[in-house]
Amino acid sequence: MPSPLPPSVSRLDFLPHVTAQTAPAPQHITVSRWRRYRPDQQWEAYLFLLPSFIGFLIFVAIPVVASLALSFYDWNLLSPPEFVGFENYSQLLTKDRVFRKVLFNTFYFIVTIVPLQLAFGLLLAVALNQGLRGLEIYRLIYFMPVVTTIVAAALVFQWFFNRDFGILAAAIWEFGATTGLPIQPPDWLNDPDWAKPAVVILTLWKNSGFTMVIYLAALQGVPAELYDAAKVDGASSWQRFRFVTFPMVSPTTFFLMVIQMIGAFQLFSEAFVMTQGGPAQATLTIVYYIYQMAFEFQRMGRGAAVAWVLFIFIFIFTLVQTRLQRRWVHYETGGES
Amino acid sequence: MTTTTPATIRPETAPGATFKTGRLALHAALILGSVAMLLPFAWMLATSLKSPPQIFTYPPSLVPDPVVWRNYLDTVQAMPFGRFYLNSLFVAVSVTTLQILTSSLAAFAFARLRFRGREVLFLVYLATLMIPFHVTMIPNFILIRFLRWFDTFYALIVPTAFSVFAVFLLRQYFRGIPAELDEAARMDGASSFRIWGQVIMPLSGPVLAALTIFVFLGSWNDFLWPLVVSNSNATRTIPVGLATFRGQYNTDWHLLMAGSVIALLPVLLVYVFAQKRFVEGITLSGMGGR
Repeated sequence: MPSPLPPSVSRLDFLPHVTAQTAPAPQHITVSRWRRYRPDQQWEAYLFLLPSFIGFLIFVAIPVVASLALSFYDWNLLSPPEFVGFENYSQLLTKDRVFRKVLFNTFYFIVTIVPLQLAFGLLLAVALNQGLRGLEIYRLIYFMPVVTTIVAAALVFQWFFNRDFGILAAAIWEFGATTGLPIQPPDWLNDPDWAKPAVVILTLWKNSGFTMVIYLAALQGVPAELYDAAKVDGASSWQRFRFVTFPMVSPTTFFLMVIQMIGAFQLFSEAFVMTQGGPAQATLTIVYYIYQMAFEFQRMGRGAAVAWVLFIFIFIFTLVQTRLQRRWVHYETGGES
Repeated sequence: MTTTTPATIRPETAPGATFKTGRLALHAALILGSVAMLLPFAWMLATSLKSPPQIFTYPPSLVPDPVVWRNYLDTVQAMPFGRFYLNSLFVAVSVTTLQILTSSLAAFAFARLRFRGREVLFLVYLATLMIPFHVTMIPNFILIRFLRWFDTFYALIVPTAFSVFAVFLLRQYFRGIPAELDEAARMDGASSFRIWGQVIMPLSGPVLAALTIFVFLGSWNDFLWPLVVSNSNATRTIPVGLATFRGQYNTDWHLLMAGSVIALLPVLLVYVFAQKRFVEGITLSGMGGR
């Protein structure tokens, strides 16, 4: 990955004690100053930390605890909060039909978006890495959706998917008419079966440029000797991809998989703007459900409980992926992770 | 001799030819992909310049005829996009400035000063990097209401003026700057504050540039939090303003697309001219930023 840090930083940083202790100590004073806390820097350090720490405490640390506490209460902001124990959670997991749908939708998005995104990104990166002319222009175009405001993008796609006057539907109608095949455009955003793929397409369009750029940087780090050696051994271009490129970029694949999975778990704006969670809750996601619970139904406790379920899911999935990575991720010894 | 010359020529020419056709095929595929990438933009621009009857004709066209520039005037008159720009700009500039200021000060302390509790505090910071924003969103909303900050710029700026990720990123970078430099400055009698401002910060140009773009663009495009805490055109940022516009002009696609063009134009323009910096900035999100 294109680390914005110079290589020396990431290397040195993980060994702070080693660097500190192996640093030459010409005088006794230097050593003691280096190893002990400096009393004169004590209060100074707190002053430097103060602005950040106050913000951290008020807007991150305390809200985390408050959110957990809140998830055990029933509170609509008007009447006093009522302690309900685990009821918010048990309702969600056993009785709430909509939440079951929400979970299903979210998993649908994860298992479609993550692999497709990685495949697209890698494909594009491999294509762009062939030393073609116009790399800069291709990258400019493919990365463009990444910088666009998701609200505008979702709005355009809503119109793009319009069955009667949208350009995508028109292309499909025309294709069916010219080839004589019985092909009709689906009613993307009004059909529960097609609304999800519409969200997937929007997400792929929006984010493939991101995975492409990260993969491109990883590909540029693969030593050319490996390809030369593979060629000498008579490997076909597919074999060179399968046995050289793929293992060499596997740390990047793992990293992108985790990032994209967390992103897919947190899908919100796409569905909020393009489909409003519908039709028939087909595109309602976990974050959308948090939003609905808290800010449409004023059920703060239930909303907080959904947020914690989200966190637990992300935590478990990341943990599982981290465990599984040993089986397929190839790390070069001494290489950057 | 006659048998050896073709043998040496054939392998020379044959791969060359497949190489060329392969290249052309690759270009063709990439251009097709580029068209797919650009089509939504073209569709948005075309629609924004069409008259309503043109919009609802079949087959749809990518060329508006006649070109209706008035749509933009109508859009700006229907919704105060100028105001949204100002709001977005004010919020994004404030958030970026404050976040870099608070984070670089804290990162300096974590990277360069020796104080009791440093490692523990840093671990506490790091631990919260994993927690998604959505977990803290509801308590933050309640806090904003309690402070009577709802629908004010305070609500949009203050909670995002701090960033654990930025502290982490800057600390890593600062640690890579040779310690001899600030030791020397300290010998010359410079205070820690001066070392931060005149040694460390000037040496951190690349990471600060990337972080600036990352934070600015994140703030400019942020949707969920502004959606939750702003409730009037006086505080709505571009994305929230556009969403509100959609709510009111549900089927006026010419106006909605004009609004989208207005929303996207400044960012896309800057992006085209500073592509490299943008890519660098955004790939930071891969390092754990939102």
